[in-house]
Amino acid sequence: MLNFVLRRAVSLAISLLVASVVIFFVLEVLPGDPARFMLGLNASPEALAALRTQLGLDAPVLVRYWSWLAGMASGDFGISYTYRTPAIELIAARLWVSIPLAVYALVLATLIGIPLGVLAATKRNSPIDAGTMGLTQIGIALPNFWFAMLLVLLFSVTLRWFSSGGFPGWDDPGAAMMALTLPAIALALPQAAILARVMRSSLLDTLDEDYVRTAQAKGLTRSQALWRHAFRNALIPVLTIMGLQFSFLLAGAIIIENVFYLPGLGRLAFQAITARDLIVVRSVVMILVFAVIVVTFAVDIAYAAVDPRLRRGTR
Amino acid sequence: MRQVIRMAVLFAFAALAAAPALAQRSDIVVGLVLEPPHMDPTSNAAAAIDEVVYANLFEGLTRFGPDGDILPALAQSWDVSENGLTYTFHLTEGVSFHDGSALTADDVVFSLDRARAEDSVNAQKFLFADIESVEASDDLTVAVTLSQPNGNFPFNMAWGDAVIVAPESAETNATDPVGTGPFRFEDWRQGDSVTLVRNEDYWGEPALLERATFRFISDPTAAFAAMMAEDVDTFPVFPAPETLAQLDADPRFEVVVGTTEGETILAMNNRREPLDNVLVREAIAHAIDRQAVIDGAMFGYGTPIGTHFAPHHPAYIDLTELSAYDPERSQQLLIEAGVSGLRLSLALPPPVYARRGGEIIAAQLRDVGIETEIVNVEWAQWLEQVFGEGDFDLTVISHTEPMDIEIYGREDYYFGYGAPEFVALWDELTRTVEPEARNALLGDLQRNISENFVNAYIFQLAKAGVQNADLEGLWVNAPTQATDLTQVRWTR
Repeated sequence: MLNFVLRRAVSLAISLLVASVVIFFVLEVLPGDPARFMLGLNASPEALAALRTQLGLDAPVLVRYWSWLAGMASGDFGISYTYRTPAIELIAARLWVSIPLAVYALVLATLIGIPLGVLAATKRNSPIDAGTMGLTQIGIALPNFWFAMLLVLLFSVTLRWFSSGGFPGWDDPGAAMMALTLPAIALALPQAAILARVMRSSLLDTLDEDYVRTAQAKGLTRSQALWRHAFRNALIPVLTIMGLQFSFLLAGAIIIENVFYLPGLGRLAFQAITARDLIVVRSVVMILVFAVIVVTFAVDIAYAAVDPRLRRGTR
Repeated sequence: MRQVIRMAVLFAFAALAAAPALAQRSDIVVGLVLEPPHMDPTSNAAAAIDEVVYANLFEGLTRFGPDGDILPALAQSWDVSENGLTYTFHLTEGVSFHDGSALTADDVVFSLDRARAEDSVNAQKFLFADIESVEASDDLTVAVTLSQPNGNFPFNMAWGDAVIVAPESAETNATDPVGTGPFRFEDWRQGDSVTLVRNEDYWGEPALLERATFRFISDPTAAFAAMMAEDVDTFPVFPAPETLAQLDADPRFEVVVGTTEGETILAMNNRREPLDNVLVREAIAHAIDRQAVIDGAMFGYGTPIGTHFAPHHPAYIDLTELSAYDPERSQQLLIEAGVSGLRLSLALPPPVYARRGGEIIAAQLRDVGIETEIVNVEWAQWLEQVFGEGDFDLTVISHTEPMDIEIYGREDYYFGYGAPEFVALWDELTRTVEPEARNALLGDLQRNISENFVNAYIFQLAKAGVQNADLEGLWVNAPTQATDLTQVRWTR
């Protein structure tokens, strides 16, 4: 087991290192001088040169890469060119919006998607099945930003139940949750539709397996067999999808963050790219890579929890 | 019992009397499209910084009024020596910074010396280029000596880049701004909002609002929803012009259209063949139907211009006729220049005026036989390639700095003009103090670039804003990129 964890840690470190090389040098190739961006159209060459020196932009590439890497190892991601505050603080502040939003959306998606999928599978080929699957088809096809706009028009502009956007901070958790509710719903519905479909087909597959038939032959009703035997096994592909969804929601909520003008990580990355704030861009991407690796790891452990065969390393 | 009734009646009256006072709001939520990267106007060109801090948090020796005139601010008056070289500023008495320290002449010396220093990162360093020395004669008097007369000097000192800062706080103004203005900085939720509160110790007329929150909403649909839901009280520059008619029809809101300092131009690379030929440039200028561009790209908001100068300025002259829309003349000029089958690249940065306007311009150029290859570029790429290296044929861009006609005198500027006659006129202008003579010279400068068709001048960006109908005191025009809240109040 220790061996397994060690191997895992080494491959994790290598992945991060490779990612850092790719991220740094790809961004290096991008055109756009951060100093010029900051000083604008009337800037004199001397002021530009002074700012480049101040930002450390005139050092050789390898020196800059190394100092970035060494900094990160000690938790120092560098000072944002434009905001003039440590990049890690900026990112941490945004994670306080993005992570709760992603979790909120994923919880909603799970609460809606899994029961719908189970329902459709148990009522296979009935009108309920057809209706549910039709709904999920629409759910997947709807662009979530468009759905988000509809939510704003209905609940903010017409009914005035929710504010149209913005984030009040966690000082008042109730208000913060209110602010995240519409964005979470907008994000959750397409995910719920995907989960429902995956849940349905996965459950139908396991229901056809021999052990389920055996269980039924030994006297369990179909629904007892479903809950005791088929459901847990059917969850494995669903968990994979959920892991992917979480990473997607963390980084990919950028359009929703724009519609609801939420100060999330996606919007930070977007702003930083347009402003050529390379330090922030790099750091955000590194954090995301890290998050994806950690989530994948967590999903692996969750597999093991639902399927004992995986714990023993045989399948 | 009677006692109780009397008390109740008293309370009722008190409540009635207090009601109007309670109803009067004393806070405002201002919507801005871009978030300032930080709060220090002296070390970044981002207009978003001035939109929050100018006149609210930070003040300079002079300031822009709502219509672009230069007003006294921290300097209550100034004298100019007879040779035009020494400006003596008399500081306003009793001014203190938000941290409680008094403003003295030494702070002014520090601020100006810092801005013009060798290692200064001030984005508008040219404002201070003529300063030879800055000296404090006493606590409230500062003498600025110039190396050559410069009639623009009081104007230069009104820029956000020339605000007066204190040595103790200069380095931390980016994150914790300390100024002398009627509002002080309270809180910044990065990515979301900045909050200012009234400075109760302000030296001048106190602000009428107690609290101001700037919210950053870049998405046009979100901006519209925020306005409709009344989550935001005003958008001085509204990012969704297509919805202005709908907002205007709503009695809750008022649409305010003013002008800005943004000249939108089709810039041409004067160094490159065949654009180095004035006939070709003239042909391009005549090929453009300005009104069609304004209607098609800006929903009709914008003022046609024929030169690089703001129409609201007293020295402005209307030169649009000089390059009036005349496709036949355009084709004739191309023949005269001996140019046929012209193919040019057209670089378009992200703003709507450029992307949408550029496509309309390309179609109009095609009508006279000029093919363009549209290249959409990111801002940073535009700055690097077009602006930095001058590697372009044509580009659409808005120059938003106040009175920036001076750029035409710079030979190394991206469109590459710098004609000696222009430079001579500009030098004369800087030596001239008398307003009428200055206006005449400004007219000559405008004519010079128009007659040489340096660029094709299209329109002045409009400042199309929306506000709650009960608000008053916001700027109609934008002589500089600021949201001056000093006179803003609620009428109900």
